[in-house]
Amino acid sequence: MTSGGSILFEAPGPRGRRRNRICSVLAVVGIAAVVGYVIVRLHDAGQFTWAMWEAFTYQGVQRRILIGALDTLKAFALAVVFSLLLGVLLATGRLSRHRVLRWPATALVEFFRAMPLLIMIFALYNMGWLRSWVAAVARFLREHLGQAGVWLADNFASPTLWALVIGIALYNGSVQAEILRAGARAVPRGQTEAAYALGMRKAQVTTTVVLPQAVRSMLPSIVGQIVVTLKDTSLGFIITYEELLYAGKLLAQNTATPAGYPYIPVLLVVGPMYIGMCLALSTFATWLAHRGRQQRRPGLRFRSPADHDRKPSG
Amino acid sequence: MHVLLDNLDLFRRGFVGTVALTGLSTVLALALGTVLTVFRVCPVPPLRVIGAAGVTVLCNTPLTLLFFGVTLGLPMLGLSGLSYFTLAVLTLGGYTSAFVCEALRSGINTVDTGQAEAARSLGMSFAQTTLLIVLPQAGRAVVPPVGSLLITLTKNSALAGGFSVYELFSVEKTLAEEGYAILTVFLWVALAYLALIMMISGVFRLLEHRLAVVR
Repeated sequence: MTSGGSILFEAPGPRGRRRNRICSVLAVVGIAAVVGYVIVRLHDAGQFTWAMWEAFTYQGVQRRILIGALDTLKAFALAVVFSLLLGVLLATGRLSRHRVLRWPATALVEFFRAMPLLIMIFALYNMGWLRSWVAAVARFLREHLGQAGVWLADNFASPTLWALVIGIALYNGSVQAEILRAGARAVPRGQTEAAYALGMRKAQVTTTVVLPQAVRSMLPSIVGQIVVTLKDTSLGFIITYEELLYAGKLLAQNTATPAGYPYIPVLLVVGPMYIGMCLALSTFATWLAHRGRQQRRPGLRFRSPADHDRKPSG
Repeated sequence: MHVLLDNLDLFRRGFVGTVALTGLSTVLALALGTVLTVFRVCPVPPLRVIGAAGVTVLCNTPLTLLFFGVTLGLPMLGLSGLSYFTLAVLTLGGYTSAFVCEALRSGINTVDTGQAEAARSLGMSFAQTTLLIVLPQAGRAVVPPVGSLLITLTKNSALAGGFSVYELFSVEKTLAEEGYAILTVFLWVALAYLALIMMISGVFRLLEHRLAVVR
């Protein structure tokens, strides 16, 4: 939106321009004052002394932060895979013709969507069967699968990880199911009718005709929900899963300096990493949505070569 | 059942905590969200940049990170007198305000351009056009999405329990530590949240019905 093109105000005249300039200056000064105040206060609190930041030059510390980031990505990757699987499963269930499938799927989706994720994760974390189950699987992996089994058990057999992953997958899977269902309802009727006319069975129609188109049209929302999934992995902090934020907290707790523990420096390092990851994903979602809109514009259906030159990936 | 009856007082305190947290954060989120929206559409470029940047950063920050930053950062900035409850309200309200802003901004797009044009031809200033003509109509158009935002806010408020505020998640934590069967505790806490969420969605269905813009 440019200042001349808004419908909310006229193109400013001489007086308006002067007023806008004054407001601009005031806004910039205000922001600069706030940022300056924050920096001064942090400096006064000794947050910018070398002792506070020295730890970050150690290789061991850098590795711990990296491992924290990898643990976040591990939980994220598992959660995305399981939530998408569950999403497809529940969406298929809700679209089913059979009440036996439709009602439980609907009940599950509605329940898990309404639950605070943290409450679920904490409950899972405290459930005895999850721990014994994970321990049993780990024992099996170690004893029967040799080297690979030991690696799997070392890296993935943690009840905290699975409490987090299962909780996130249940919640985000239900949301993905709703997104997919909305997408499936938006698929033109003619598509299903044509598929039936070709003699396809209901299951075939759903899996090969309706869902692929639903996924395609809903891709921006699906990726948007994946951003939420990434943000949700930070809840592992509460149940002491060693993701990025928790790794940072441990790091700060174990580094005593004359000015106290370096929580703020850790936050200034870990925060941008987290925000950067989320920002990258949501930029991707926005790009997908933008691309989808361009493709759906009727004028672009029959593209001229010039259009291809401008946007080859479309 | 005895889990609930034995700890009725605990549950009551937790429920009241969650309700208070949600209510105050809602007020803050709506107010701050409106301010951010005005920033983002106003004729002053730096304010537009500030609004857009703030919303982008807030929307892409995990709430846990924000909680961690606010509870540690604000006391260090000289606001040391704030209670954990106030800090939690600031965090939740600030976080949700970014999403309220996004909703309101798309609401502005649904308002007929003729409305703003008519206001401007009557000689109204930007402030008048926005606050008296456009935003009230945009607000009415975004009642359903704001309703679902507030439901999300209610669920997010559980995180405050991890940062020293007493609410329903704290009840779950306390009772789990006391050795009650976790599934039973979970179901009772879940029921409390379900009741709250149903109440909110009921109120918003009513609001939607009453405030719908007739076109």
